[in-house]
Amino acid sequence: MPVHPTNPESSQGLAARPEHSANSPLSIHAMTVAYHRKPVLWDVDYDAPPNKLIAIVGPNGAGKSTLIKSCLGLVPKASGQVEFWGQSYKQARSRVGYVPQRESVDWDFPVSALDVVCMGRYRKIGWCKPVSKKHKEAGLRCLDQVGMHDFANRQISQLSGGQQQRVFLARALAQEADLYFMDEPFAGVDAATERAIVQVLRKLKEDNKTVIVVHHDLQTVSDYFDEVILLNMRVVAAGEVNEVFTSENLHKTYGGRLTLLAEAAEAVARASSGSN
Amino acid sequence: MSLLASIPNPLGTSSITEVHDQMPSTSEILQTLTFQSGYNTNLVILGTTLLGLAAGIIGVFALLRKRSLMTDALSHATLPGIAIAFLTATTLGFNSKYIPTLLIGAGVTGIIGVLCIQAILRFSRLREDAAIGIVLSVFFGAGIVGLSYIQANAASGSAGLNKFIYGQAATMQPPDVLLMGGIALAAILATFLFLKEFALICFNDSFAKVDGWPVSMIDLVMMGLVVLVTVAGLQAVGLILVVAMLIIPAVAARLWTERLLQLVIIAGLIGAGSGYLGSVISALLPRKPAGAVIVLTCSGIFVLSMIAAPSRGIVSAVVRRVRLRLKIEADHIFEHAYESSSNLISNTELKDLSGFRGWTMAFRWMLIRSMLNAGQAVRTNVGLELTNAGTHRGAQVSRNHALWEQYLMSYADIAPSHVDWSVDQVEHVLSQELVNELERTLSSRGITIPQPNESSA
Repeated sequence: MPVHPTNPESSQGLAARPEHSANSPLSIHAMTVAYHRKPVLWDVDYDAPPNKLIAIVGPNGAGKSTLIKSCLGLVPKASGQVEFWGQSYKQARSRVGYVPQRESVDWDFPVSALDVVCMGRYRKIGWCKPVSKKHKEAGLRCLDQVGMHDFANRQISQLSGGQQQRVFLARALAQEADLYFMDEPFAGVDAATERAIVQVLRKLKEDNKTVIVVHHDLQTVSDYFDEVILLNMRVVAAGEVNEVFTSENLHKTYGGRLTLLAEAAEAVARASSGSN
Repeated sequence: MSLLASIPNPLGTSSITEVHDQMPSTSEILQTLTFQSGYNTNLVILGTTLLGLAAGIIGVFALLRKRSLMTDALSHATLPGIAIAFLTATTLGFNSKYIPTLLIGAGVTGIIGVLCIQAILRFSRLREDAAIGIVLSVFFGAGIVGLSYIQANAASGSAGLNKFIYGQAATMQPPDVLLMGGIALAAILATFLFLKEFALICFNDSFAKVDGWPVSMIDLVMMGLVVLVTVAGLQAVGLILVVAMLIIPAVAARLWTERLLQLVIIAGLIGAGSGYLGSVISALLPRKPAGAVIVLTCSGIFVLSMIAAPSRGIVSAVVRRVRLRLKIEADHIFEHAYESSSNLISNTELKDLSGFRGWTMAFRWMLIRSMLNAGQAVRTNVGLELTNAGTHRGAQVSRNHALWEQYLMSYADIAPSHVDWSVDQVEHVLSQELVNELERTLSSRGITIPQPNESSA
């Protein structure tokens, strides 16, 4: 199956990769990740084409969030490399934006929606300086883009789940990055929020950005995205939606409760914890 | 209290440790409150006030970083450090009662305790609460063993080391007060400089890390301040109670505000206030340990906040609940009147409703008052007569009821016979936004509920 139009090799094929990585906003090479010695991602290879909306789909526990977290250095890699425009993450960091899962923070935190959005500006503001009016205005514009201008001064626990998600999205916009990672932004949101997110995604694409989204709703993949990565502990298939998003590949990704890989991972975990 | 006895009292005035046998007089209270009751007492009051200020400010970040319990483990883990520092100093022939040496020892094992928790979390499958429980008790146990060994063996005697467990503010000396002042200053300065960075790490550390902030370093600064306050507080309130000085002001302040900067300021004030009031009270009462009184004062402020705080307090929650119930009951009356197209609710009807709906006299009075005040009803000799506004409200409620009923039947697959029961709760809280949304959703299925016919009013 084609992985990517510019890279006609199979997903295991490594030829011609170095030439492409400088153009590719994200290239993952032979990456394996383990939690508590239990492997959750095996030997992932992927080159993201620039200026595309890319979905990562796969069943629960397939390692979707882990994939982006290990790209961003939040989860240590057991092996493999990740490059951003041919550079290391440290070098390219200022061009990368991130929307974490909404449930990953305590929303009963004493800040307003605008305060959270301005956190996306902190990198530009720098150490020890307060948030200036200029940055607050930039934050407000980002809130405006997700339709949350009127809620700027609301304490964040008084927002609905969808509104909280939009605040996170606005914070990422405030980062003014070229490559965005979004972890389940569509999970449990209302219709208005879903519309707002899709609008933002399209706007980002218009502005030549690349967005990688962990997604759970198979129905909307072809509507919202250009590219898809089908993931189940390894990359089952990756490429343009209309080529890769086939029922055969989906069956390979979702079919069968326990794949051989999952069983092997369990065995590794059992053996290393000595309880077998 | 050999240590205390050896301290000269420069002004020769009454000291905090003198035993009073009666309740203090008003003039005594006033003197103590205004720093006029002796040098030692003033030192203690000033020292605990500054400690409270520092602990209140730093506690906010310990609380927001979800480190309350870890702080408790930290303070308990200081005890073996005190014992080890004492023994080392004795062996090396230094003054084993020199407080800074003991506090450095306390800080070192406190930090080791926290590192042990992190190591347990990293290398085992234990959860944080278990790791904290283990470290807290093991370190404290080791400290107790150390203290009893010192008691049995040290030639110079160990009286005075126990004060680190329960605290003994009365032994505070000018250098201690300076230390408290320095730490309070450091807390204020750090908050002033790093408020933004602290907030980012406390709220969302993974985002901060991706964004390139040195999370572990900022964490280290925050934790370092917590260690400083804890160690400084050992002498005044003791290692068992010092966690209260960190956490309670922050929790109490959280009830009063939704903004971080205000939270820090209010927590600092509550901490300073309870340090001040607590030590004044303990100076006035016979043989009441300052540390415990300070913590109790602090808890008192917390309880008051819990009762009286706006929006998060108990009183305002009760008021909200009563208001909602008033609204619901009034809605029912108006809805009933609208649906039976009568503008009058007779006194007998009201009485029947009272019994049926379980209204108390006071509630019925409030209910009728609320309807009259809103101009939705007027009182006549026979009962309540609805005004146009009242009829309009009845129509609105009735329509919301119908909308929601339709929605449940067509979308939620609830049997029509069950619908009415579940509608009753919802129809009163539907916002205009939700009503519009309902209308849109239903009309997409070809269901419309006509606007109420206002001409009937």
